[in-house]
Amino acid sequence: MSATTAVALPALRAPGRRSGVVRALVDGLAVTERNLIGYTRTPEALFFLAVQPIMFVLLFRYVFGGAIKIPGFNYVNYMMPGIFVQTVAFGSVSTSVGLAEDLHKGLIERFRALPMARSAVLAGRTVADVCRNLFVIVIMTAIGFAVGFRPASALGFFGAVGVLVLWAFAMSWGFAIIGLSAPDSETAQVMSFPAIFPLTFASSAFVPIATMPGWLQAFARHQPMSNVIDAARALMLGGPTAGKVAAALAWSVGVLVVLAPLAVLRYRRTA
Amino acid sequence: MAYAIEAADLVKVFGHAVRALDGLNLEVEAGTVLGLLGPNGAGKTTAVRVFTTVLRPDSGRARVLGLDVATDAEAVRANIGLAGQNAAVDERLTARENLRLIGQLSQVGRREAVRRGEQLIARFQLEEVANRPAKTYSGGQRRRLDVAASLVARPPVLFLDEPTTGLDPQSRSDLWQTIEELVSEGTTVLLTTQYLEEADRLAQQVAVVDHGKVIAEGTPAQLKARMGATVLDLEMADEAEAQKASDVLSRLTEQPPVVQGRAVEVNVDDGARFVSRALTALEQAALVPAHLSLREPSLDDVFLALTGRRAEEVS
Repeated sequence: MSATTAVALPALRAPGRRSGVVRALVDGLAVTERNLIGYTRTPEALFFLAVQPIMFVLLFRYVFGGAIKIPGFNYVNYMMPGIFVQTVAFGSVSTSVGLAEDLHKGLIERFRALPMARSAVLAGRTVADVCRNLFVIVIMTAIGFAVGFRPASALGFFGAVGVLVLWAFAMSWGFAIIGLSAPDSETAQVMSFPAIFPLTFASSAFVPIATMPGWLQAFARHQPMSNVIDAARALMLGGPTAGKVAAALAWSVGVLVVLAPLAVLRYRRTA
Repeated sequence: MAYAIEAADLVKVFGHAVRALDGLNLEVEAGTVLGLLGPNGAGKTTAVRVFTTVLRPDSGRARVLGLDVATDAEAVRANIGLAGQNAAVDERLTARENLRLIGQLSQVGRREAVRRGEQLIARFQLEEVANRPAKTYSGGQRRRLDVAASLVARPPVLFLDEPTTGLDPQSRSDLWQTIEELVSEGTTVLLTTQYLEEADRLAQQVAVVDHGKVIAEGTPAQLKARMGATVLDLEMADEAEAQKASDVLSRLTEQPPVVQGRAVEVNVDDGARFVSRALTALEQAALVPAHLSLREPSLDDVFLALTGRRAEEVS
């Protein structure tokens, strides 16, 4: 086009005054708030989210519990830390489902065109899923107490909750990668379970590892979920804790440090 | 002079074979509207996604306000707004919450985001539904919220990807008015559309896109002049008569008529005068059309005139 009138370009806007870290925090919080509001908009989903772990508690307490004898333990006390960890692990799968939904509904497209921190969409999702997990933990604690679960000390119990929430948070970043790679949210869910299932059940969650065949013991003993379960169990029921907690925290931080940057990289490359 | 939006030899290939952008060139002057006109799959949305830093081009260069989208993405994002078919709002959130969120993430601060959100709710007549989750909205309300969200940051450059597709005529005309207001306030707009009428109403310049490149550009008037200002549709008794009618009419026009079954389509510059000449000529040949109508050209007609094939046939 042959323009004769030179129209001046508008003055440029700077991308923002905040430093990278502050912006990542502020933006991450804004997205967390958005996800939490979203969760409250489907109370039915929250209700059934709570029902599933309640059913697991009742299943292991009353259906399987009678058949499982663990020397030195009252089974309800043995299984509860396992069910806690199983529940937060399954809960962290929602990260993959939520992100796949945001991606395929076009929300991430909009976010990617905004001058916001590249980590915020993922951080806001994983932190919201931690809150969601805490909500479920409160309900499970109540039902656990109702069926006879008695932790050794309140301090130990809260310490255990801290350990397992950190582990769930670390796993959420892995599920974020799955969510960003899945063709849709239903597939994201079914893609997540092959990762979570062996970790949860080939572990010390419900039965002592010593009762498993030798080849399985090798896996069960050294995989991260068993370490987290053993730490939670030691904190909740008493006994030596330092080594187990250190191992659980090392796994959680290690997984987080590796997977979080990979997830952000995946997000940057997702079109 | 510098352009507010410019693309030079932009290429984007998906997979190995799909050349969504195949050397796209365009320029938009500040404070004007460019209409990117083309059928589905022509590359319009891909172009928008490259300009809004969502997609990286494989080669070529795209600039917004002189900023390169590949190397200065962060700065580009601070100066643009995006609304359209692929950029959604959160359905579980209300209009208020959506606008606040987008404002916060556009770095305008929470309080300012709330304030601007209220203004936009009033401007887009969303007061009545502002506290309801967006999933309860009608198509028109949702589209208005979508466009409102792209304006919270008050961006100097706005990308609207088929903003009125699927809207009823009233909502469409309301949105057109809003876009005109924004342009009168100095906003530069790149608008993709499948409707010639929309480009005609809003755009100072139109670029017709096909297979990832611009195949024609100019003002809407120039474009229409290239293909005839009106279209005469005739329906004959059978295919043989349609062919005969086409032969008769081809002597009266520069562009050859197009026959499809019993239908004959002619692009003409001067519709009314042509109709009387055409009818006279047909009558002399003992041909009587079963049906006759004159209409404004559509995208389909532009395509037919420019490429010799219909827009729907584009794969």
